[in-house]
Amino acid sequence: MKRRKQTREVNYVPPVRHEIRQTRRAGGDFSDRLNAYRDAHVFALFSSLGRLVRSPFSSLMTIAVLTIAIVIAAGFQLLVFNLQQLSGDLEATAQISLYLKDKVSDAEARKLADTISQNPDVSQVMVISKDEALAEFKLHGGFGEAIDALSNNPLPAVITVLPAGHVKNKGKLTQLQQTLQQIESVDVAQMDTLWVERLRAIIAVAEQGLGMVNILLGFAVLFISGNTIRQELHGRRQEVVIAKLVGATDGFIQRPFLYTGFWFGFISGVLAWFVVTIIMLLLWQSVEAVSRLYGGGFHLLFFSVADTFKLIGISAALGVLASWAVLWHQLRFTVPE
Amino acid sequence: MICKIFMLKRLSMPCWPGIRQQMLKFEKVSKRYDETGEVLTDINFQLKPGEIAFLTGHSGAGKSTLLKLIGVMERCSHGNIWLDGENLCTAKHRQLPFIRRKMGFIYQDYKLLQDRTVFDNVALPLVIAGFPHYEIVRKVRAALDKVSLTGKERKYPFALSGGEQQRVGIARAIVNRPPIIIADEPTGNLDPELALEIMKLFVSFQQVGVTVLIATHDISLIGKMNHRVLKLSCGKLVSG
Repeated sequence: MKRRKQTREVNYVPPVRHEIRQTRRAGGDFSDRLNAYRDAHVFALFSSLGRLVRSPFSSLMTIAVLTIAIVIAAGFQLLVFNLQQLSGDLEATAQISLYLKDKVSDAEARKLADTISQNPDVSQVMVISKDEALAEFKLHGGFGEAIDALSNNPLPAVITVLPAGHVKNKGKLTQLQQTLQQIESVDVAQMDTLWVERLRAIIAVAEQGLGMVNILLGFAVLFISGNTIRQELHGRRQEVVIAKLVGATDGFIQRPFLYTGFWFGFISGVLAWFVVTIIMLLLWQSVEAVSRLYGGGFHLLFFSVADTFKLIGISAALGVLASWAVLWHQLRFTVPE
Repeated sequence: MICKIFMLKRLSMPCWPGIRQQMLKFEKVSKRYDETGEVLTDINFQLKPGEIAFLTGHSGAGKSTLLKLIGVMERCSHGNIWLDGENLCTAKHRQLPFIRRKMGFIYQDYKLLQDRTVFDNVALPLVIAGFPHYEIVRKVRAALDKVSLTGKERKYPFALSGGEQQRVGIARAIVNRPPIIIADEPTGNLDPELALEIMKLFVSFQQVGVTVLIATHDISLIGKMNHRVLKLSCGKLVSG
């Protein structure tokens, strides 16, 4: 009994739990393999980031170029968003000019204006008398001397009608315009929406252009990150060959490079977001000042949370896609020696 | 991924020495390059499990080509090569990694990753095969112990001598316990004493049932060892 105790003390080895769990040569059960697989991914994720940090100069160059491309695309997108918002706003502030018949006197015009302002669809009414119209025409029209030569004032009195806030769409505006046209002393009721429609057309062109620019810049991002991954693959050729020799699958070899592509896209996307936001903040004050001059209805749009995620997600996806395409092509031609 | 696991399991089931008649079998193998013509002509030989053999011949006799065919870095032009029941000449591209995991390759220039520690170098085949971490640690320690490099896990290859680097390469080749070890000029850069030591190591692997094929032109060493010799001359097997 005493002897047995002694042996146990001398040769005592603490039991290793893992040793018992090991089932076969290929290593562990399914959950062990799953854990190993997950560990390999986590390792690849961080080791590829470590690699970027270890070669800061070349990484920064690539990320800078990618960021610029993404900033142009995202900035253009935001510009179009803002123009769309602007055109919506302007429609609401479209005004209707009532050119009164010649016989209508200024006093009658004022009376009419009071009546019109009772209409719930109208928010504001402004009367420009014949004399005021003439004075303004002289000042801005450039026909000063020609008008002086006329014996009487040819200009009609004008009532400018600003529709109420709830009269926003084109149908309601037209309805209001027709109502006003039917007033007896009104000669012509003109809606000043032509320039809004022109702006709309320009925005439509910008949207189309945006699509094409985004596709081009997307390709630029693909090629830039693809080329960088290709160079890195070339630099780590020895490692790739050794990994292949000891039985690495293409998937295993690809993994760190795919994550490198991911980091390139992700970091560039985040940086691009910051750059665009900083540019917008710089513009913000002056745009707000202009907006105040026009009645303050317009506020600069920034990226929403969803847009931010979309921007960063697309950038990261492009990075991964680029490296995948390069690796798919290159690994087939990298034969171990 | 699940598909990969199945493939892995199928190909890496334990291979008991003795169950198969041959570990490696060359069957009328020829290799022809467009530029240089036929490099290997009608090679026939087989290695039984647990057999040790030397592959010799002058430079240009086709030693390297033969080893490349075993590692499936080149495909043979004619004939069949059987490794542990798998035909290397018809294996698909995606099967190759799993076939290579059955072989331990050792090179004259060691082919170590200079920016990784000894531990990481030896662990590479296990990481690739998806072993859990605790098993990697255990197996790497065992392999380093086998080549007497215990305690040097944290060193980088450039801090080691040539003999030690070669032993790291050997540890990497045996860490996954492959049924066959193939060494290309393993003693080429070492002095005779170290070379003999390394050769004794190979013999010790053979004694536990591993098939060993060593390509070398060190005739004196072969003479000392007294094992089977496959001699290549101008692409033909002249003895063995």
